[in-house]
Amino acid sequence: MASIFLSAPVSKDISDFNRSSWRPFLPNSHSLSGASMLCVGGSGRAKNQNAGRLSTNAVATKVDASESSTDSKPGHELLLFEALREGLEEEMEKDPKVCVIGEDVGDYGGSYKVTKGFSTKFGDLRVLDTPIAENSFTGMAIGAAMTGLRPVIEGMNMGFLLLAFNQISNNCGMLPYTSGGQFSIPAVIRGPGGVGRQLGAEHSQRLESYFQSIPGLQLVACSTPYNAKGLMKAAIRSENPVVLFEHVLLYNLKDKIPDEEYVLSLEEAEMVRPGEHVTILTYSRMRYHVMQAAKTLVNKGYDPEVIDIRSLKPFDLYTIGNSIKKTHRVLIVEECMRTGGIGASLRSAIIDNFFDYLDAPPLCLSSQDVPTPYAGVLEEWTVVQPAQIVTAVEQLCK
Amino acid sequence: MTAVSRARNLLHSRCSSHLTPLIHRNLSSFASNIADTSTALTIETSIPFAGHMIDTPSRSVSTTPSEILTFFRDMATMRRMELAADSLYKAKLIRGFCHLYDGQEAVSVGMEAAITKKDCIITAYRDHCIYLGRGGTMIKAFTELMGRSGGCSKGKGGSMHFYKKDSGFYGGHGIVGAQVPLGCGLAFAQKYNKEDTVTFAMYGDGAANQGQLFEALNMAALWELPAILVCENNHYGMGTAEWRAAKSPAYYKRGDYAPGLKVDGMDALAVKQACMFAKEYALKNGPIILEMDTYRYHGHSMSDPGSTYRTRDEVSGVRQERDPIERIRKLILTHDLATTAELKEVEKGIRKEVDEAIATAKESPMPEPSELFSHVYSKGYGVESFGADRKELKASLL
Repeated sequence: MASIFLSAPVSKDISDFNRSSWRPFLPNSHSLSGASMLCVGGSGRAKNQNAGRLSTNAVATKVDASESSTDSKPGHELLLFEALREGLEEEMEKDPKVCVIGEDVGDYGGSYKVTKGFSTKFGDLRVLDTPIAENSFTGMAIGAAMTGLRPVIEGMNMGFLLLAFNQISNNCGMLPYTSGGQFSIPAVIRGPGGVGRQLGAEHSQRLESYFQSIPGLQLVACSTPYNAKGLMKAAIRSENPVVLFEHVLLYNLKDKIPDEEYVLSLEEAEMVRPGEHVTILTYSRMRYHVMQAAKTLVNKGYDPEVIDIRSLKPFDLYTIGNSIKKTHRVLIVEECMRTGGIGASLRSAIIDNFFDYLDAPPLCLSSQDVPTPYAGVLEEWTVVQPAQIVTAVEQLCK
Repeated sequence: MTAVSRARNLLHSRCSSHLTPLIHRNLSSFASNIADTSTALTIETSIPFAGHMIDTPSRSVSTTPSEILTFFRDMATMRRMELAADSLYKAKLIRGFCHLYDGQEAVSVGMEAAITKKDCIITAYRDHCIYLGRGGTMIKAFTELMGRSGGCSKGKGGSMHFYKKDSGFYGGHGIVGAQVPLGCGLAFAQKYNKEDTVTFAMYGDGAANQGQLFEALNMAALWELPAILVCENNHYGMGTAEWRAAKSPAYYKRGDYAPGLKVDGMDALAVKQACMFAKEYALKNGPIILEMDTYRYHGHSMSDPGSTYRTRDEVSGVRQERDPIERIRKLILTHDLATTAELKEVEKGIRKEVDEAIATAKESPMPEPSELFSHVYSKGYGVESFGADRKELKASLL
């Protein structure tokens, strides 16, 4: 069955944008028994644009109930790395085929403590401490995934996974295709990336762009404890190889998450702040810079709509498109490289699909095309700062 | 029980993995000349094994007449198939790269005789005959080579990407050396699932210099994975002779802490003995390296004449003295297992079968255009997402 689900040109009227590449299906044996089908997640957007395609047999969540925090509901507070750990632990308990492979994930507990306590709980074979050999342990994990295991490959830093690029691109991404569907690679590749606090050029790489062209991979980026846990669980359950981008500076973010189990959709974007004047698309750490800029913008009288795109491949063009239809202006704020980055692809996807809805050219603020310098001042200027976001919005809304 | 039915039972149980229908068809002609196909024969290998950090197995291989006849039939089929692929390539029905295995057949049949379909084999791009040995049919092989939809990878893989998951054949890989970490991953999964099976990760003398091989071997040895690394040393890495590429061309010794065995790869019985020995060793102790001293008559691929880096005399010398099929033929004739005429009949039958397979393959349709997009992602993504209040969304991007 054919389907193109990245930047598929669609008809002009967005209400006809019938999510031709999306086709939710009725619960089958895989789904939870007795669960009803809601066509949209808890992001509060209007559902049922396309009654013919979506089954709308559920109660909507409140429009302003954002996914990111549930202050009104009871829950428990934790840090982002603990949320990742919780998600991973729940999945490992549930499915004995899930295992973790990486450097210092076992006895050491993970360099960012995401797997702390796991090796005593699950044993050495399920939390495998590898030698420093990214190429081959990624290859090993992919080989194990070919037989049906579900490895979670931890790169101590996303930059180190460049050494495994052949395995990720050629084997992880391509084996389902070149084998005519005989194999699926349900692996998760995760690790921290992004610009930290003066970590130096090689440890501050923004590599989402490198992986985005690989056919067969799904890319997601988490930004809050809530979506970190949900995306981790979804990535592990997915039959496709998923790259989960975490950020070094976000590991200690504290927030309250629900006690009950939840799994987020890998392909969905998150509405952070609904608004009217301009759509700001962002992900990972830049979300916080955008929200900081949003405070300033609100004081100046603007009403930005902030969307955390979360899914870097494929883009959630449904959410993005609806937002652009409303605001007619879009600004992309990302930490990825300017050249060939996620923002570049997103900008071209927006132009392909929503050109007629734009009142101004889509702007993209990305980090500079330089290796990250060590000096603190220079490092600050490498990434997008809130002041630049404010200026860009003012420019867009002129 | 008559000799014929006893032979049939023997063949059926012994060689269900081989080209059984063929054997049954011509069984009567064989059986009439075999006094008793279940007699054990003991044959000496051509040369003794050489070991590195391990006591070598005995030179006396126990076998049966039916096994030797199967060797002959299987190797002759493989030889014919590869020669037919040569003509098809020159007729431009096979495009791209085509790496032929003729000369090396003994490695494949010997290995198959020692293992079961639950053991895994993974190899590089010279995979047509290994696929056949694992139970693949010539029709599927030729169809895949011609890029038709009935091929083993639905026409989307090509010569370098044959796979057969149900009989433990994991391909079929184009990037030199990348399959060895995958192979160690298969062994890891076998250990994880506590199956009593092994993985044969095959590579060539060219790939033996890849770093990821040593990384993978290190990990396999650390965790005592049941991985057997098989170096098919045909002495040339494309155009570079082994002494020009490797400081130490004794590939069986390069495992250092891992034991190794050097085997005459043109002697199917020696290969069988070595593989049985290696399987027993690997299940108890971890990785072992087998170096198969073999030779390829064709060039590296169809684009390589094979004569610029070696003399024609060398090739014909090996063909005269060490050809695996001739060795088995001599064995059969010396032990009176069949007459020359019968062997000629078998070969004629094989030729006919190959022609029929090609004719059938030519009939197979080209893949549908929609197949371009299938199998990039696992169907349905397999992800279910739900919020803490159990509202559910399932998106299926086909």
